[in-house]
Parts: sequence; structure tokens; C-alpha cells
Amino acid sequence: MTAGGDGGADPPAATDVGNPAYYHRVVDCQWACPAHTNVPEYIRLIGQERYGEAYLLNRQSNVFPAILGRTCDRPCEPACRRQRVDGDPVAICRLKRVAADLRGDVAAGLPRAPDTKNGRRIACIGAGPSSLTVANDLMPLGYEVTIFERHLKPGGLMRSNIPAFRLPAPVLDEEVGVILDMGVDIRYNSPVDSLRQMLGAGFDAVFIGSGAPRGKELDLPGRGGDDPDDPHIHIGIDWLESIAFGHVTAIGERVLIIGVGNTAMDCCRSSRRLGGRDIKVMARRPRRFFKASPWELEDAEEEGVEIVVNHAPRRFVREGGRLVGVEFDVVEWDEEAAHSRVLEQVVLPCDDVILAIGQENAFPWVERDLGLEFGPGELPVVNPVTMQTSLPEVFIGGDAAFGAKNIIWAVEHGHQAAISIDNHCRQVAVEERPPLTMNLTSQKMGLQQWSYHNDYNPASRQPMRHLELSRRFQELNLEVELGFTAEATAREVQRCLNCDVQTDFDAPLCIECDACIDICPVRCLTIVAAAGLEPAQLGPLLSTPPTNPEQALFISEPLPQTGRVMVKDENLCVHCGLCAERCPTAAWDMVKFDLAIPYAGRVGIPIS
Amino acid sequence: MPSITKPLIPLLPLARNELGLTMQDYQGGMSTLCAGCGHDSITAALIQAFFELSLPPHMIAKLSGIGCSSKTPAYFASRAHGFNSVHGRMATIATGAGAANRELTLVGVSGDGDSLSIGLGNLAHAIRRNVNMAYLIENNGVYGLTKGQFSASADVGSRSRRGDSNLLQPVDPIMLGLSLGATFLARGFSGDKAQLVPILKAAVAHRGFALVDIISPCVQFNDHEGSTKSYRYMRDHELREIETDFIGQHEEIVGSLARDRATAVTMHDGARVQFRTVPEGYDPKDRGQVEAYLRERTGRGEIVTGLLFLDESQQDMHETALTPPNGLAQLPFSKLCPGSAELESFQDGLR
Repeated sequence: MTAGGDGGADPPAATDVGNPAYYHRVVDCQWACPAHTNVPEYIRLIGQERYGEAYLLNRQSNVFPAILGRTCDRPCEPACRRQRVDGDPVAICRLKRVAADLRGDVAAGLPRAPDTKNGRRIACIGAGPSSLTVANDLMPLGYEVTIFERHLKPGGLMRSNIPAFRLPAPVLDEEVGVILDMGVDIRYNSPVDSLRQMLGAGFDAVFIGSGAPRGKELDLPGRGGDDPDDPHIHIGIDWLESIAFGHVTAIGERVLIIGVGNTAMDCCRSSRRLGGRDIKVMARRPRRFFKASPWELEDAEEEGVEIVVNHAPRRFVREGGRLVGVEFDVVEWDEEAAHSRVLEQVVLPCDDVILAIGQENAFPWVERDLGLEFGPGELPVVNPVTMQTSLPEVFIGGDAAFGAKNIIWAVEHGHQAAISIDNHCRQVAVEERPPLTMNLTSQKMGLQQWSYHNDYNPASRQPMRHLELSRRFQELNLEVELGFTAEATAREVQRCLNCDVQTDFDAPLCIECDACIDICPVRCLTIVAAAGLEPAQLGPLLSTPPTNPEQALFISEPLPQTGRVMVKDENLCVHCGLCAERCPTAAWDMVKFDLAIPYAGRVGIPIS
Repeated sequence: MPSITKPLIPLLPLARNELGLTMQDYQGGMSTLCAGCGHDSITAALIQAFFELSLPPHMIAKLSGIGCSSKTPAYFASRAHGFNSVHGRMATIATGAGAANRELTLVGVSGDGDSLSIGLGNLAHAIRRNVNMAYLIENNGVYGLTKGQFSASADVGSRSRRGDSNLLQPVDPIMLGLSLGATFLARGFSGDKAQLVPILKAAVAHRGFALVDIISPCVQFNDHEGSTKSYRYMRDHELREIETDFIGQHEEIVGSLARDRATAVTMHDGARVQFRTVPEGYDPKDRGQVEAYLRERTGRGEIVTGLLFLDESQQDMHETALTPPNGLAQLPFSKLCPGSAELESFQDGLR
């Protein structure tokens, strides 16, 4: 008999694909996205030139597709399955921008606030992405939302810290406007200096989305000099903000930027546009430990910025009180860059220094006797699921909650806080989160025909067109990335492997003919005699022994003829559907996984 | 997508054999057989066997006749030689190809119709001549191309899809081979590649005629209840008693094998092979004993698989016919065709 294993012993427990978390994990991009944007679905919509629908699908989860299509940190891209196939992820972020650029008139699909309000008033502090998301989710439910903003324009960090050559103001204004135009009561030039006052102002809930507004100081000898507010040493985010609001229009020719995160990238490229000629980004550690996104490093270097590694700042050098340079330790690191050795000291001359070594939260305006509990580092204690503080009516999100993250995290915090605020106002426990659900729909259209394009396309990642270098420095506000052409878009959408179209197995139908195993182009399937084995013991028995413990092995129910089990390595499957095409009994099917994400006041309804 | 092409997806580093070739180098065009056909599994097993044996594709000759099975050489080793012959005549064409070029690895793929009905005579004489080739019978018990009539290998009492019973005695290719003096007889099952691949490797490496009968269910016309060549029937009745693995010529590994269970032995290439002893008293070199054993098992309704009979002592066709060591293809034309005068003198010698 072919049935193997120990007679009578049970095979490992079958995978429960009825749990939405299982297939969600397979859709790597959607799993990695803090807001769980349905990436494969919107990429297919772009492929069908349904840009407006693609935009609105994006907007459901990430609220600012046009902004994020230019500025997102893209946690989805390193996760993308395509990267495991040919080394380069699908250009998800740039495709998002395509949907936004070509969306046309989407007014009918945008949220609207009802004329009759529900009588609940919510205060949001700061008009950044998290507060705006709270307003976006609560306004359509009849809430009256008031936003207090210290600047004269909305957008928070999206306006003050992201230079206009990456995010043009009209793009920002339009998407922020959609939310404010629902009737948000926005108070500009209104810094909040007392939470006590705010709590006494008759709001049903207060959401703090004030960001992480304090750039870290570098307290080295020579910092203060004769003038503690040395006009040639700048705090990165403050300096960027001054540019955004037109207070700063020039910088010296030789600029040193300390730090190598994304703020440093924005600072060096802005310096280049304000008159800097010799610009160096100074990094303490080797390149592979940089925080900046690789594409931002590339763009900076293309613009002539020099990136200097293994230099740790020692002191500011002054002559007659005037800043003339910075002294660095040149260091050598061990393999993991945990320990360093100083080799020598060098002084690099400069006219200006920009400090871009991180941001901190600061809550000087929150009175400590209100009962709002503070934890380590003088930061308020925030529940990471509900965004609620120890004061039941106070919620915190965005960078204000857990320190500087990014826009897409701020959006997700806003969504979760909106659910909590809605619960709080309806006297429902904020811990009662609406469940994630899913729809699974067969994609079979006929014999070997699917309602998605399952052909593997060997196209490589499409390059972005950039504004030519000579044009970039003429005006501060010229957008550098020009977006994808129609041809590049058409090729790039074909690179998506449709990970949301799941290879779904129905064990009772299987006759163990091996057709799926023979056709699989990545050898991800095996029928295993697994009686008496633990899941961990299956590895060596598979067609391709698994190498990625982050990804699940699908294990079927015992097969009817031999009691063996079908095992699929989700890490390898490229969702080409060939197993389902060759299956004579339709035991394999390609089913679209549609995650239904709940938002405030709306139980999860599958999006597409 | 109307047709299936297996895309080359660069997900994993491709394994390479001794020639530096990958499994892809042994693939062919895409199958047009029914989804789930056993023949496709046999094709996959052949590709794996060729890859593991590191055969140079251009030194393989694929031969076939007519039928579903005989279409399959188009689906593997597209860089090999191929000959799709008249119905039932593949064995004869293969004999000629082998006579002309003895350096080729001959692989014949046939079916129960091609080999056991119209081509039975051709098969019988290729066995007698001990042509140096692997001869596969993809045996499904029906004529699939003509919509599922019983073939010559259908068992008595086996039911067609419409419910009719077969009344005629089957031709059993293994019994046939035993009676005709075959030197290598094996039976496999398309749904059991772990066993089939080593059998195919051994068949290719065998010096002489290696007949491999492979039960290969027809999903369209012979995979129902009442069939004796369905996936289900095979899984219920297969007696996998004679375990097979193929080991190329190397230094001897000495060890002892347990009588009642499999013993794992590490081979020269680092692979571990499970050895299981044959049933008590079974001698795969004793033609009479094998025949008796198979008759007894078949009488019980069991289908014995594995390498069933092996006789390496007999001469193959070239040794019998005293063909030149490099094959006729390498002979200079003047020797191959010495001219009219030579012919005259040869004929004179016969008068």
C-alpha cells in the first residue's frame, strides 16, 4: 500500500482557512500595511483602467492615496512576494499615485456628513493625518468634529516636514480638503496649551494627534557658543517647517547634515535647492544600517549629496564664536555595528549644520494632575489597540502616541481611535472591537479560465521618470518624480502576483493523481504520508524544503484514498493557478480573499 | 488562459545535475492530455529520472506509436531525438534506431493498445532480441482516444464507464515478458513516483530490453467504481512488496538489512535509500518462481509493483548480432555500403 506513516496515528492538524487571519497573512503587502490596504485588488483595477475605483478602494483604508502615493514609507514593498521571485517588489506606492493622478471625478464615492448631527462633539488636537482620519471616519456618522491647529494651514507633518518637491501643496490641499469640506470646524492658529481647558470645553471625547514635534538636540561641546540660538545650527524638522511656511529661503554653501533618516534626506535635498553646493550627510554607522528608505538615498545622491559613513560627531568647531566646522571621530564597526573603535579625528568645515537625529514627543501642555497616566520617558500610557489613555474620554494617535512612525501608521491609529470614540460615545466598551471577516469567491470563469490575469509576466520593475537634474534646483516646489507612463503602468500591474487570489484546497475531492504537483512551476506542493508527524517534521519531506519560517505551511485534511495530506508552502506559491487548471476534480480552486475591514459605525463589508 | 505553459519563475536557485543541466532542460511542450491523466505523472517521473541520471538530452531517442500515451514524448526532453511511428510499430523502429546508433539511450513510450493489441507481435520480437532500450507501457485498460472501449489489458469483470463488464482475458505484459525471456520486468503506478522514478532509472540503465508496465489511470474513461485501473482501485489493491531504488555503479557498501522492516543506508551521493528485503524466498532472478508468485498474487486480486524480474546475464541485440562497437552510424560509408562487387561476391557465397 502506498499509504505511509504509522498506521492509526493522526496526521498533523489541518490548517483552518476559515480564519480570516490565515489568508490575510498570505497577502504579504496587505498584511504588512498598517492600514491593511487591499493592494492586489486596486492594482487589478488600475490594470483595467478603473482608476477612480482604485482610488476609492485605497481611500477606504489609507484615506490619503495621492499623498501616500508620493510619500508613504511603503512597508508593503519589502514584504512583496514579487521581491522573493525576481528581487524587486511591485512598485505598489507608485501605482497608488497612478490611481490618484488619473482618478477623474470621484465625488460620488467620497464620504458625506449628514445634515442632522448626532449631538456628539469631538475635539482633535493637531490637523495632521491621524486627526484628519478621525474626522474622516466620524463626520459621516453625524459627529461634530473640531480640530485645533497651531499653524495657518492643515496637514501637520505632511505639510511642514515633507518638502514640496516631494509632495506638491495642491495634492495635499485637495485630499485634506475632502475631509474638512464635510463640515469640520477647524480652528487655525490655535495652539492648545492646556488639556484641562480642553476637557472643560464640553467635548464628548478628545483626540490628541499633535505629532512628535520636538527634534532631538545634539548636546556636544561648542553647541551653544556665544550664541545659544546659533543661526547656523538648525533642528531638521523645525528648519523644514520654516521652509514650508516661507520663513527660510537660503542656506550656506557648505552644509553638514547629522543623521541619516528620511528627515535627513529631506534636509539635504532642500539644502541643495536653497543654495547649498557642498552637502554632506554624516552617518555614524555603515550604509546597511541606515534608517532612510533606499529610494530616498538614491534620489539624494543623484542630486549630488555626499553620504559619509562611520563618522560620529565630537564637537562643533568655532573661530571667534562663529561656527566653522564639526569635528568627527572616524570609527570602525564590528559585523553587527554594535561596537565601534575610533580610528582618528577629522574636522569638516561648514557654513551650516542641520541636526536630523530623531524626534521626540512633548506634552508640556498636558497637566500632570488630570489623572492622565504617564509612563517611561514622560509619555502618556496609550492602549495600542484602542488608542485610549487612562482618561476614558482622551485618545491619542499618530506620532503623539508612540513616537515618530509614519503617515500610514497615523492613519491606522486614526481609524482605531474613531472606532473607540464611537464606542465610547455609545456607551459600548472600547475593547469591543468589530471583528475582521472575509469573503472567499471562486474566480473560475470556465475551463482553464479565471477572472484574473494569472499568466506569470517576467517584466522587471519599471523605473520612475524624474525631473531632469538641471530643472530641479530652479524652483523649490518642482515635483521631482513625474509618475509612471501608461506603458510603465501597464507593465508594472502585470508584475503583481495576485496573492489575494488564493490556491484553495478541498481535500475530499482529491484523487491524488499528482497533476498539481507536476505542473507547479515553483514546486510548492507535496503529498506527504504524515501520520504521527508534527508540522515541524514535515519540512524535509517536501518537494522544496521550506526556508522561510515567517510563512505558513498549508496542511490539508487527510486525503480520501491514502490518508496522506496535501502540503503547500505559502512562501513559494506564486498564485499562478496552474494547479487548479490541471486538477481533474476541482479539488484546487482559485478563490479571491476579500478582507472586510471594519471602520467606525460600519461593520466590515467586503470592499469589492 | 486557454493553454497551459509552465512559466520559468526564478524563485529558487535551480538544482543542477552532473552536466550542469536543470530539470527545465528535460522538459518538453505542454501536455494536451486530460487534466489528471496518469500519463502526465509518468512524463514528470521520466523528466526527473533523466535529470537525476544526468543524461545528455541530445543522446536520448524518444519513440512512440499511436494513442494517448504515444503523444507524451512531445511533453518531455524537447532537445532529444524523437520518432512517432505507425500504430504498434514503435518496437520495430526502435530496433532499427538501436542497430544504427548504439550510443543512443532509447526510450519507448507506448500504451496498452499500441503494445498489447495492434503491436503485440512487434513488442514480442523486440523482447526476444533483447533490444537495449527502456520500453514503457502506460497501461490504463481502455482506448482513451476512441472514447473508452476496453483494451487488451482490461481485467475480466472490470466495468466500463457505461457499466458494461469486460468478458475477455487480459494480456499481462509482465507474464508475457517472463514467457518470452525478457531480462528486466517491472511494474509501477503513475500515482507513486517515489517508486516509479527509481524503476525508470534502473530501466534506462539496464543493458537489454527493460519492460516497465505502468498502471496509469484514465481519469476520463476508467477512473470510476468497477474499474480495476482507477486511482482508487490501485490504492486499495497495490502490493508494493518489492521496493526499488536505483544506485549507479560505485564501490560496494556492506551492511545488514532487517528482515521485517526497511533499513536506511546512506549512499555515495549522500542520499539515504530505504532498503526493504523482498518477501521471504522471493528471487527476482528465478523466472519460474517469479511467475508462480505473480500468478498467486494476481489470483488474489492484488497488483504487485516494483522491479519484479532481472536477468543481467543474457546477451543484448548487439552482442548477438555482433554489430560494430561504435554502431553502424559511425562506420565509414565505404564499409557500410561496400558496393556492387562486394554484394556479388557475398551472393556468390550463398549459391
